[in-house]
Amino acid sequence: MTRRIDPQLLDEQLELTLRDMCHICGVHAEFLVELVSEGIIEARGVGPGRRRASSPVQRWRFDGVAVVRVQRAVRLQQDLGVNLAGVALALDLLDELEALRAGGRS
Amino acid sequence: MEYRDYYAVLGVDRKASADDIKKAYRRLARKFHPDVNAEPDAEDRFKEVGEAYEVLSDPEKRAAYDALGANWKDHQNFQPPPDWSQQFEFGGGGFTGHDGGFSDFFETLFGQHEFRGGGRSGGGRRAGGFKGADEHARVGITLEEAYQRASVEIDVRGPDGKTRRLRVKIPAGISDGQRVRLKGQGGPGVGSGQPGDLFVEFRLVPHPQFRPDGRDIHYELPVAPWEAALGAELTVPTLGGSVKLKVPANAQAGSKLRLKGRGLPGQPPGDQIVTLKVLLPKADTAEKKALYRQMADTMAFDPRAGS
Repeated sequence: MTRRIDPQLLDEQLELTLRDMCHICGVHAEFLVELVSEGIIEARGVGPGRRRASSPVQRWRFDGVAVVRVQRAVRLQQDLGVNLAGVALALDLLDELEALRAGGRS
Repeated sequence: MEYRDYYAVLGVDRKASADDIKKAYRRLARKFHPDVNAEPDAEDRFKEVGEAYEVLSDPEKRAAYDALGANWKDHQNFQPPPDWSQQFEFGGGGFTGHDGGFSDFFETLFGQHEFRGGGRSGGGRRAGGFKGADEHARVGITLEEAYQRASVEIDVRGPDGKTRRLRVKIPAGISDGQRVRLKGQGGPGVGSGQPGDLFVEFRLVPHPQFRPDGRDIHYELPVAPWEAALGAELTVPTLGGSVKLKVPANAQAGSKLRLKGRGLPGQPPGDQIVTLKVLLPKADTAEKKALYRQMADTMAFDPRAGS
């Protein structure tokens, strides 16, 4: 059986709320807050937030690249038993390695 | 089915302590983790190592496995003893939460499907159900397919081992390594839970002429010395078909010309970057040699002046 499905692009243009991220990545908001404070993923704050009507966390927006990073972080943490600082280090080094490999090809 | 030598997989002695087994597992898991290791067989090796650890880290399973004897070779043809299931009883909850995809050998000896739902998806608990497991797939596509936003067929192997075939339209904005999400195309939900998602990573297979860099496409255009010197209008292949390119007079070897918007589609689309490669005609006749000599006299050109 084959049917055609249109996929959602997980790129830099995507704007996801904290709630979207929890749903897509299957993780709790607390975990995402930890990832942000560890610098593993980046949250863009939206709007100046004139009043305290909404908390800064509710204004956070994430792109599609963050989804991929969260998934990798979850896998590394579960499979290798590393803590978040270790996950952050591993992901940074892997990014660097990937950039070096891409540069080496040209 | 084939026998699996779990001690050989982890590279430890049959008498290895629980601590040594854990150390060996941790080391190999780090080495073959598919997020860390880009080799194509890394995922299979990682699963092998996980399966071996699943058995050898659990005293009950290890004792049962050891009772099969030490004379089996890895991948040797194997049938379990007829009274196997009566001999051992495995306490529940003994699984480490490792992803599915264990060998037939493992499933026959230790399979307990009721403990194996969910996999990694974790979280997402809704009233009366769990979200299904997310699945991941990687698919190689050509630059032409990415440009034309063709449909590709992807075979997805679910946690239950069954393969489904999906037809996926390649969206605009694909570059090498770009991932997409297919909502609800992962493993089925448990109870009233929603199905998981399918995440697909697109890899661009190498192209004989074009080299992608993000959405930009690099192309090397061979030109004659007089085309570079005098300027020319040349036909250049692009992913969308041939286009005319104006080479300005006094262009140099290595000069880069940009064909705006002729790269991979996206928001914004990439460009095709054409690098000029000046090829010299051979001086293989007396007449051609004379022409080169005449150039040398007339041009009085020192390419190393100022270097």
